[in-house]
Amino acid sequence: MAEPRTGTPPAETERVIAEAEAFTPAEALARVREAEVRDADRPGHREAMTINLGPQHPSTHGVLRLITQLDGEIVREIHPVIGYLHTGIEKQCENKTFWQAITLVTRMDYLSPFFNIHAYTLAVEKLLDLEVPPRAQYLRVIMSELNRISSHLVWLGTSGLELGAITIFFYSYREREKALDLFEMIAGERMNSRYFQVGGCSDDMPPGFETRLRAFLDEMPARIDEYEDLLSKNPIWLERTKGVGVLPAEQLIDLGVTGPALRAAGVDLDLRKRTPYSSYEHFDFQVPLGTSGDAYDRYLLRMREMRESVKIVEQALDGLPEGPHIADDRKVVLPPRSELATSMESLIHHFKLVTEGFAVPEGEAYVSVESPRGELGCYVVSDGGPKPYRCHMRDPSFVNLQALRPMAKGAYLADLIVMIGSLDGVMGGVDR
Amino acid sequence: MSEIGALIEAALPGAVVDEIEHRGELTIEIEPGKLREVAAYVKAPPLAFALLSGVTCADFPDEPGRFRVAYHVFSLETAGRLRLRAWAGALDPELPSVASVWATANWHEREVFDMFGVRFTDHPDLTRILMPLDWDGHPLRRDYPLGGEEVIFSDEV
Repeated sequence: MAEPRTGTPPAETERVIAEAEAFTPAEALARVREAEVRDADRPGHREAMTINLGPQHPSTHGVLRLITQLDGEIVREIHPVIGYLHTGIEKQCENKTFWQAITLVTRMDYLSPFFNIHAYTLAVEKLLDLEVPPRAQYLRVIMSELNRISSHLVWLGTSGLELGAITIFFYSYREREKALDLFEMIAGERMNSRYFQVGGCSDDMPPGFETRLRAFLDEMPARIDEYEDLLSKNPIWLERTKGVGVLPAEQLIDLGVTGPALRAAGVDLDLRKRTPYSSYEHFDFQVPLGTSGDAYDRYLLRMREMRESVKIVEQALDGLPEGPHIADDRKVVLPPRSELATSMESLIHHFKLVTEGFAVPEGEAYVSVESPRGELGCYVVSDGGPKPYRCHMRDPSFVNLQALRPMAKGAYLADLIVMIGSLDGVMGGVDR
Repeated sequence: MSEIGALIEAALPGAVVDEIEHRGELTIEIEPGKLREVAAYVKAPPLAFALLSGVTCADFPDEPGRFRVAYHVFSLETAGRLRLRAWAGALDPELPSVASVWATANWHEREVFDMFGVRFTDHPDLTRILMPLDWDGHPLRRDYPLGGEEVIFSDEV
């Protein structure tokens, strides 16, 4: 944290004299005012400057606007203005059926679509009291962890780019492309996938997928070594990230910060371990923790998380259970395509599901998953009909962004950019 | 009554209005006037729900309380979850703010205010957060239409 400028401003001296000499408080006040007016005319006079950062700024990770008050290079106050990317997804969900809403929720945090649908489908399944087959749970884990890697890679590339490290951007996007190719292969979409369905996954792994996935997993640890070679001991990187953006762990918890930003401060909160879902309890992995909670710790932690994700995907592939990839409940799950030409009943089910959707029992559920940014919670209220009565996403980007203001106060403006980057906010998730 | 509900009721008599356990989730409905006291109580030990995951709301136009605000809290020690719920009232929806208990409630409550028009008393900065400051109405209310909003051109503003 930067030290405030030292030295007594000229008016301060006069204020002390004025207060000492004046006979009444009113007179003291008048003399101080007079001194302040004179101070403004003095050469070298300082006053806070308000500048506007964003919403269209290459280093604000999307359309984040910050009204900043600066004293020279030091940030005195920031006022984040959000909502530029608000598209009313929660409102639209209320007007779509439960299975149509999957397509909408993936578009919230556009770097982690699998986590958005994961939280949403888990919440709907909880309301339906629907059992998800083990194979589907493992497939969900595989895709979620791949998504974690691809999301961290985007974070790494863009955060590096903001600090002038251009090579890392090309390196990380090279591997991210491969992850997106895998998404395309299994789900048909590179981004905004709706691979997870209520009850399981839309399809099993296609032929050749496992081979490509294993090739990716074999390659990835060496690639992470490469990134670390570029950055971990790079003097400029160390200079820019060490000691930047530190808040005490208690304050982070009070501000609701979760995910790598909290774990870097040493708090062991990973929902995959603490409240396991989708059979995460079957896998052996570490939860990396930091000590100082600065931007450098968050960087190291994300690097280690990628290595752990590779391990989880390998274990899930090795132990992938046999069986169906989606639950066998024809009132909720679309019948297999092959049956539509031969079975009248399947055709009726298909028609009913596509036109009317399925009814979900009355009630409310809150389920959260550990997204690359922290606790991603989905709160679904059903009135017993085929549409969500209310669907709310507790997005970690939205919550973590609140920590920016206490972090930035008193810091250098250049460090503010590092802080925004190290919190890894995605504006699609912030504004929804 | 659950253990948690009994503890709250013992510490703050009259605070617990109702209790629902559904699909393994415990919901405790709180008397709106006692919300802040209950929040401070569940945050401190022995319950120690230190992390407020979020504040959100659902609109039930036919209910007398109309706006049902839900607070999801999480305990870092036991990894347990609890939902506190309070009705804000139909005509003049208002609840005490819990931003003084959990700092994170600040933006969540601003969002609920923006989307539903529920006012939180003693909130440090209760302004719109996602919608433009001069927006009319509260979009997530059930009587707010989907689509059909006026298009504002830059030369008209």
